[in-house]
Amino acid sequence: MPAEQPDHEGVIDTALAPGSTQPAVTTDPRADQYYDNAEAVATGKRLYHQFNCVGCHSNGGGGMGPNLMDDVWIYGGRLTQIHQTLVEGRPNGMPAWGGRIPDDQLWKIAAYVRSMSLPATLAAQHGPTPSQNPAPVPRKADAHAGWAPPRDTTNDYTSTVKGPGQ
Amino acid sequence: MIRRSLLPLCLAVAPGALLAQTLPSPTPASKVFTREQIGNSLAPPTLDKGKPRANPAAAPRDDGEWTMPAKNYAATRFSAMQEITPANAKNLKPVVTFSLGVNKGQEAAPLVKDGTMYVVTAYPNYVYALDLTKPGAPLKWKYNPKPAPASQGVACCDVVNRGGVLSNGKFIFNTLDGQTIAVDIKTGKPVWKTQLGNINIGETITMAPLVAKGKVYVGNSGGELGVRGWVAALDEGSGDVVWKAYATGPDKDVLIGDDFHPYYASDRGKDLGVKTWPADAWKIGGGNMWGWISYDPELDLILHGTGNPGPWNAEQRPGDNKWTTGIFARDPETGAAKWFYQFTPHDEHDYDAINEQILLDMPFAGKMRKVLVRIARDGYVYVMDRHTGRVLSADPYGPVNSSKGVNLKTGRLILNPAKKTKLGQVVRDICPTASGAKDWNPSSFSPKTGLIYIPHENLCMDWMNLEVNYIAGTPYVGAEVHMKPGPGGNRGVVTAWDPIRRKPAWEYKEKFPVWSGTVTTAGGLVFFGTMDGWFKALDAKSGKLVWKYKVDSGIISQPISYRGPDGHQYIAVLSGVGGWAGAVVSGPVDPRDGSAALGFVNAMSDLPKYTTAGGSLYVFALPH
Repeated sequence: MPAEQPDHEGVIDTALAPGSTQPAVTTDPRADQYYDNAEAVATGKRLYHQFNCVGCHSNGGGGMGPNLMDDVWIYGGRLTQIHQTLVEGRPNGMPAWGGRIPDDQLWKIAAYVRSMSLPATLAAQHGPTPSQNPAPVPRKADAHAGWAPPRDTTNDYTSTVKGPGQ
Repeated sequence: MIRRSLLPLCLAVAPGALLAQTLPSPTPASKVFTREQIGNSLAPPTLDKGKPRANPAAAPRDDGEWTMPAKNYAATRFSAMQEITPANAKNLKPVVTFSLGVNKGQEAAPLVKDGTMYVVTAYPNYVYALDLTKPGAPLKWKYNPKPAPASQGVACCDVVNRGGVLSNGKFIFNTLDGQTIAVDIKTGKPVWKTQLGNINIGETITMAPLVAKGKVYVGNSGGELGVRGWVAALDEGSGDVVWKAYATGPDKDVLIGDDFHPYYASDRGKDLGVKTWPADAWKIGGGNMWGWISYDPELDLILHGTGNPGPWNAEQRPGDNKWTTGIFARDPETGAAKWFYQFTPHDEHDYDAINEQILLDMPFAGKMRKVLVRIARDGYVYVMDRHTGRVLSADPYGPVNSSKGVNLKTGRLILNPAKKTKLGQVVRDICPTASGAKDWNPSSFSPKTGLIYIPHENLCMDWMNLEVNYIAGTPYVGAEVHMKPGPGGNRGVVTAWDPIRRKPAWEYKEKFPVWSGTVTTAGGLVFFGTMDGWFKALDAKSGKLVWKYKVDSGIISQPISYRGPDGHQYIAVLSGVGGWAGAVVSGPVDPRDGSAALGFVNAMSDLPKYTTAGGSLYVFALPH
C-alpha cells in the first residue's frame, strides 16, 4: 500500500483508484456557490468570449480545441475538474490560465462550459449557434460517484451517426 | 407598412439541434454577379500568337520523378507519362497501401526519387521512406521529429502538413511546432534542424518548403492567432537563416529597399506596412505565408503570397493593412522585394492570398508574355505579368458578390459595399466564403490541353464581426461565421479553366468541397480526390468521369504521377479527411454548432455520415 498523501491528492482526473472498487471523487467546497447559479453561467459566457475561449472551442462545437457540448470529457466534467483544466492547462494544446484570470472568473467559465451540454441549454438553442442561453448547472450534475455525468444532465447526441442510406 | 417579416421569425422556432443539423439553403444564383458582369481584361485573347506553356527553365522535361509537391518551379503538376489513358483508366488497381498511423487531415504530396517514396504525415509529422523496388513497398525507415504536443492547440485548422521537398540527398520538411528539418534520405537521421516558429505566440508551420539556389524557403502560419507573417530563407547545407522578410511593419523588416518597383501607385511610399494600420496593429497583423512559393529561374524571382490580416474583424484595423493578402516578387539571394500586388486591400473576408502561382508563357495582346496565374481565394483567376506585377486579366471562376471585378487601371479590387462586414450585425450570403472560391489545394496545368484544372469549392457565408482582445498564443479572430452551399447547392467543383479565352472549358460538380489538389497527365487525365473518399480520374479534354475508386477516408491531399522502377506509370495519393473543411470528422467537433471550426461546420454537418477519419497511402497502376 502506498503511503497516504492527503496533502497531495490534487484533483482526481481518472475513474481508477488503486486498492478500491469504486472511483474516487474530488470534492472542492469552492465549487458550491457556482451550482444552480444563473449569474455564474451568464458571466461565464461573457468571459468565455472575452478570453478567446470561443476562438478554439467555438460556441461549444470545437475547432482548434475539442467540442464541449457532448458527454465526452477528456479530463473530467465536474466543475472541479473543468476548473482544474483551466488552471493547469493540458498537454495537447490547452493553455494554463491559472494566475492569468481571477479564480472566481475561472469558476464561472467552468460553469458555462459545463452548461453547454445540459439538456436545458440545448433545448434553448434556436438557429445554428448553440450555448447562447446557458442554463445554470444543477448540483446533481456532479452529485454522483462515477466518471459519467447523470443522464438527465447531459446528452448522447454524438453516440450514433446515421449513414446516408438512412 | 405591415411588418410581415415577423411571421417567418415565429416559424423559425424549432428544436435547435434539428436546425443546426439541417444543411443551410444554398445562396441563390440571383445573389451573385455573372461572369459577364465582372470579367475584366486589358486586351482580347490573341489565340493565333501561340499556346500557353510553362517556361522550360521552370518546368524542365519530366524525368518521371516527383521531388517537390508542385512537380517543378512553375508549379504545373503535370506528368508527361502516357501509359494511363481515358480508354484504359477503368483497369487501374491499388498496388500498394500503407497506413500512415495518423488519423488527421493528410494534405501532403508523396515524393519519389530513385525508387524510394517519401511521405510526411499530419502532426506528429512522421516521415516514411518506402522502397518501391520491392513488392509491397516495404519501409526503409521512419523518422519521428516529436514536435511539441502543445502545438496542436495553436493550429487553426487541423494539424496538417502540405509536404516536404527532396534535394541533394535530403528530405526537407516543416513541423507543426515551427521547425524546419533536413533528414538524410539514406539513414533517416536529421542532418540539421532549425527552430523558426514559436508556439507561445501562436506560430506554427504547415506549408511545404521550396528549395532553390541552395536555399530553403519557409513561411509561418498563424493568421487566426495574431501572428506576424514572414518568409525565411535557410542555407540548404546548414539550415542557418540567410534572410527573413516580414509581411508587415517598416520597410527594413519587409526587405523593401531601392530595388522595390511595384506596378501600382498605391503600393509606393515609405513604411506602408506601418502607415496602413492603426498604431502597432501591424505587430499582430498576420500576412502569413502558409501556402505556395514559386521560383522563376529566368527572371531569378521568388514569388510568394501573403495571408489574411488579423483579426478577421476588419473594423479593428482601418487601412489597407499592407502587405497582407498580396503577392511579393523577391530576390532569392537577399529577399529584397522587387514588386508587390495586393489582391484584397483591407481584407474583410479572410481571403488569404497564399494559393499557388502557376508560371506560364502565354499569348496576350498579340505576343507571348511571361505571366503567373493565381487562382485566388477572393474568387478570381488573375493573370499577371510576372516581370512587373501588373494584372492583365481577372475573371471569376466561382460565385462572387463581395467585389465586382478589378479596376485594371489602378489594380484595385472594386468592393461591394453591401457585403462589408459589421460589428454585431449578420451580413448574409457573402460569396465566396472565408475559405475562398478555392483554398490552398493546388491546381494543375496541362500543356497538351492548355487548360488549368482547378479543384475548388462553391460556398458562401453569413458573417458577424465581434470585439476581440489580443492575448498572445490564443485565437485573434473576432468574427462569427456560418458557411453555406453556393448557387446550385453542389459544394465542390473541378473547373477546367482556359487561361487565354478566360472561361471554363468544362466543370465537374461534387457534393462536397474539393479540398484535394489535382494532377494532370500527358495520357489525357486529371486525378483528384473527394472528401467522401473517392479517388477519381476525369478525361482532361471533356471532364467526363472515366474511373473512380473508394478509399478508407476522404481525400484532401495532393495526388502525384510518377515512373516506377519498372518503367510503368503509377498514381499515388494520401487519404485522410480533415483540414479546415473536414474538421467535423477529423477533430473532436460537434455538428450541432454551425459556428464550429470557424464556421465551416455549418456547411459540412453531414460529412460524418459519409466518411470517418483515416490516413493511408494508396498507389495505383494498370495491371502489368
